[in-house]
Amino acid sequence: MLAALAAVPILIAIAVRVTRAGSGGGAGPAFLDRIENNGLFVVFVALGVCVPLFLPLTVGVVAGDTIAGEASHGTLRYLLIAPAGRIRLLAVKYVGAAVFSLAATLVVCIAGAAIGFILFPSGSVALLSGDSVSIVDALGRSLLIALYVTVSLLGLSAIGLFLSTLTDVPVGAMAATIIFSVASEVLDQLPQLDWLHPWLFSNYWLGFGDFLRDPISWNAFGQNAALQAGYIIVFAALAYGRFAAKDILS
Amino acid sequence: MSQAELAIETRGLTKQFGSYAAVKSIDLSVPHGSVFGFLGPNGSGKTTTIRMLLGLASPTSGEARVLGASMPRENATVLPRVGALVEGPGFYPYLSGADNLRRLDSADRYAPSRTRSARVADALERVGLSATAAKKVKAYSLGMKQRLGIANALLTPRELLILDEPTNGLDPQGTREVRTLVRSLALQGTTIFVSSHLLAEIEQICTHAAVMSAGNLVAQGTLDELRQVGRPRVRVSTADVPLATAVLEKFGMTVVPPTGDGDDLVAVLGDASVEPDAIVVALVRARVRVRGFAVETPSLEDRFVSLTGEGFNVDH
Repeated sequence: MLAALAAVPILIAIAVRVTRAGSGGGAGPAFLDRIENNGLFVVFVALGVCVPLFLPLTVGVVAGDTIAGEASHGTLRYLLIAPAGRIRLLAVKYVGAAVFSLAATLVVCIAGAAIGFILFPSGSVALLSGDSVSIVDALGRSLLIALYVTVSLLGLSAIGLFLSTLTDVPVGAMAATIIFSVASEVLDQLPQLDWLHPWLFSNYWLGFGDFLRDPISWNAFGQNAALQAGYIIVFAALAYGRFAAKDILS
Repeated sequence: MSQAELAIETRGLTKQFGSYAAVKSIDLSVPHGSVFGFLGPNGSGKTTTIRMLLGLASPTSGEARVLGASMPRENATVLPRVGALVEGPGFYPYLSGADNLRRLDSADRYAPSRTRSARVADALERVGLSATAAKKVKAYSLGMKQRLGIANALLTPRELLILDEPTNGLDPQGTREVRTLVRSLALQGTTIFVSSHLLAEIEQICTHAAVMSAGNLVAQGTLDELRQVGRPRVRVSTADVPLATAVLEKFGMTVVPPTGDGDDLVAVLGDASVEPDAIVVALVRARVRVRGFAVETPSLEDRFVSLTGEGFNVDH
């Protein structure tokens, strides 16, 4: 999955490089037209492409597999009689899913930066606010964006963990987690549900553009972090409630 | 027997799945230091009972005490002292045997990580898997996985081993090795609770046994106690069935007539006051042509079958 994620920025960069002549300004994903000016924008385009679908998909697979995967291998009962402790097992599994989210995001960033610098110019980076910053500053901002995207995925990971405690069939939990993510994004598109949007875990997913302005606006980061923390608390509590007293019959 | 001497004790332990009672109010008493055979046909509630003993499932009612502590409330203090194989082995197919054991051992907070490699190697050695320790588990045969499961139960010194059908899928050689292993562990003072649907396997190694049938505990005690419950019988081989029946009935014995042609006559030797020798004398005096005469004590096998019923039907 990580290799597939790394392929996204590489494909984007090659596509832009090959079709350089005909790229119409403004069409396609955000920041696409800026790649030719600076290779680092491959990272931002790739994240913009991966965040709505590809990253939630991989997080759904990993988070949905946490408990249900152990159950389907028959290893859940052996972990519990080891004894791993049920709360401890949930915590370790959640941390694992969170680390995966970080790793997945970093893979996209690193692959994007690498291919971007190979195929396109580097040097000072023009921000969305018009200022230019040094490449070192821009790389720091990229890391902040990676952190932002990782935090964005934590709520979904908690949902996946909870769904994973409901079943012994990992594929079911994975599919359900991905459906949650798609449903949240669909609802986020409907203007009629304006009042609901601030509560959807996917609402701030694409808000990382704030880090490409000067000065950096931390509003989206704070709201996103608070929202994700809320999701983590609710779904971790649900997962605990479900798993702590569950009869393990797998 | 006082509580301190019991490694496992249940009182009215019951597990209900919806309207179906898998385990119906059983009172198990497993003494410390015993090798306890937990017998019963498939679907009689053995594994469900074991899951409750290990805190994997909570009883619907009743209580289970393991090593003096109540389960599942005291899981964390009891389970490190218990090694178990439950309903077959469960391992990651893409990890090697040794890596699987290391992973499960690291899940145990109380197992020292310093000695992990040595303990894993030792456990693999005891079940004869040293040579294949580095192979991925997906390449293991069923019997090898079963051995790995037993190795997992032996990772740290245990006071109690709960082995659910440990010889499943093992070849005769492997079955013998498991028996030897169980004996040697029992000699070191480990209490061993071993379930099986094969009586023959258990009879050779157990000191105690209990029999489950359709969720009920139908018998429990030392092997000798269980054998004694079956009363000795005499078997008479003769052509003069009616005559012999009359003689035996005079002794107050219940006679089971032969079921087929050339079959023997079987009678329960009621009170021990009847001397088998006297029966033979009486038969001969009555001019019964006796072809054969034998006194039989029912084997544990007969007792097992009479308790659990014969045939392939899974009773519910």
